[in-house]
Amino acid sequence: MAVKKISKVQPEKFEFSKKNKETADSIIKNYPSGKQQSAVMALLYLAQKQNDNWIPLIAMKYIAKYLDMPYIKVYEVATFYSMYNLTPVGKYFFQVCTTTPCMLRGAYNLVDVCKQKISKEENRLSEDGKTSWLEVECLGACVNAPMLQLNEDYYEDLDPTRLEQIIDKINNDEVPQPGSYRGRLSSEPENTRKTLIGNKNA
Amino acid sequence: MLEDKDRIFQNLYNDFGADLTSAKQRGDWKDTKAICGKGREWIINEIKASELRGRGGAGFPTGLKWSFAPKEVGSRPHYLVINADESEPGTCKDRDILRFEPHKLIEGCLIASYAVNAHKCYIYIRGEYFNEGQRLQTAIDEAYKDGLLGKNSAGTDWELDIYIHYGAGAYICGEETALLESIEGKKGQPRLKPPFPALIGLYGCPTIINNVETISVVPTILRRGGKWFSSLGRPKNTGSKIYCISGNVNNPCNVEEEMGIPLKELIEKHAGGVIGGWENLKAVIPGGSSMPLLPKETCETIKMDFDACVENKTGLGTAGIVVINKDQDIIKCMARIARFYKHESCGQCTPCREGSGWMWRMLERMAKGEATRDEVDMLLDVTKQIEGHTICAFGEGSSWPVQGLIRNFKDEIIERNKFDPIVKKQKDIPYLVDQHLLEKENAKT
Repeated sequence: MAVKKISKVQPEKFEFSKKNKETADSIIKNYPSGKQQSAVMALLYLAQKQNDNWIPLIAMKYIAKYLDMPYIKVYEVATFYSMYNLTPVGKYFFQVCTTTPCMLRGAYNLVDVCKQKISKEENRLSEDGKTSWLEVECLGACVNAPMLQLNEDYYEDLDPTRLEQIIDKINNDEVPQPGSYRGRLSSEPENTRKTLIGNKNA
Repeated sequence: MLEDKDRIFQNLYNDFGADLTSAKQRGDWKDTKAICGKGREWIINEIKASELRGRGGAGFPTGLKWSFAPKEVGSRPHYLVINADESEPGTCKDRDILRFEPHKLIEGCLIASYAVNAHKCYIYIRGEYFNEGQRLQTAIDEAYKDGLLGKNSAGTDWELDIYIHYGAGAYICGEETALLESIEGKKGQPRLKPPFPALIGLYGCPTIINNVETISVVPTILRRGGKWFSSLGRPKNTGSKIYCISGNVNNPCNVEEEMGIPLKELIEKHAGGVIGGWENLKAVIPGGSSMPLLPKETCETIKMDFDACVENKTGLGTAGIVVINKDQDIIKCMARIARFYKHESCGQCTPCREGSGWMWRMLERMAKGEATRDEVDMLLDVTKQIEGHTICAFGEGSSWPVQGLIRNFKDEIIERNKFDPIVKKQKDIPYLVDQHLLEKENAKT
């Protein structure tokens, strides 16, 4: 579960990079004039990406000024949504889905692997400080269960051995191929497709 | 069974690729101008004739929803919002549409925007679907380049801009008013209805909110005619639908099938059967985690459409079918769902915020066999106090699965938790019962 705990160690300064400033300005233009507050979620993402995958308080203050809105409103948003990390997470951030459809197919075996190979508890950095893991709620790939999200990519149809291989690769700073680990290209039934047969291999 | 030629999502399994050229080869963007040329009334009437019901879970008739938008644009602009915040456990249909059929969605957005007088369309995608969102953005860019969006979209003389707004991991933002709050840059907490979003929605302007699948089927319906769509399925439950079959089946899959297909056929034929054989089936959640589960006896006969599900005290919801076999602990499965709801409650209404946690804790104890016999009824009582006492439908969504469990597997829970409460309601230990009531009892006799 995501803990909404504010990190004790906070940087003193935060400013968008030049490129992020351009992106932020173009995002603000997506919304009607005067409604720049709508861009707060996107800007928090930008800040999170720029700051090693977590959002310090100073970034929230910066965004509040940037969008001309009260700081508390930004704080509210950052603490309400679970995808904003308010404490440092690993450079490689594993989010294992354990909601019922994944659980039925053995998601807790993946959790055990994470406990063994990354850190005993969730939300804790591994010994080398590169990885961390978290149990999350449904990620919306139930047909390809069990699965996990590593940073932005989905790794589907996993089993404990394959996850061990993935973590080994990560520890060597290689990013493994995302997608299904049983060779599925989509959410079609494996080997027993009964529909859209004429389209196959089109 | 639906014939292949009648399937709307020909590229559901990504046989062709999702780019504009191959989408056009499949028939997308064909005659969009002519369709819009027939006018708003015609479009809305055709959708009404097709009896298309919203695919996001509630099953509200789409044509009717569109007709709620004000006919003339007043001082406030109209908006179209697409709900792609797919977070219901067991459901993963919108993800495949975003990945493999983005042009069906974009074309649907254009037609729907035209029908409801909107010049701006926001697509709210859940934050976890970052890659799917990028794919959709690529498709949108392609459409702009090809003149299908923008000032004169697809030659219809209609100006439309589509923007993607990413969510950030809140299930509640799938609720339409919470989604609007989220787009406005606030916490995703649902608003009271009325006023309904069709009159006062995004930024206080008239807003029509539809699910991804609903909008994506619109262009095909208009091209092939509302009559064709309504000839599939049965009255009021027409058309085809993407079913997601997950859990303890041999081949979990997404499949587009006709409405009203028997559940057994879906599981046995498309998903390769239950692991351990049909006899090993314990229960099925028919429509995403918020719908009550069905015992095996009902699964033999039930047909998967809105009304048949309601007749069997459940709901079609998003058609995310989760199959649970006898190797699993059904109470534990439901306790996990209760934990999901406890995690995702937005905290606005007290019954839901507190009750979802109660239900989770009680179910966890019941799964371990630590609860008492009395608590089963108490749990049912808690669900009844949440249901109907909250601003949005989350209260129902969190209490229905628990009610379904108690309705169908009460014996099993009691079997496991059979000891009596420590505090018995016995009159002969007066210091353990409510003194006040006791005195009243005494006064009577």
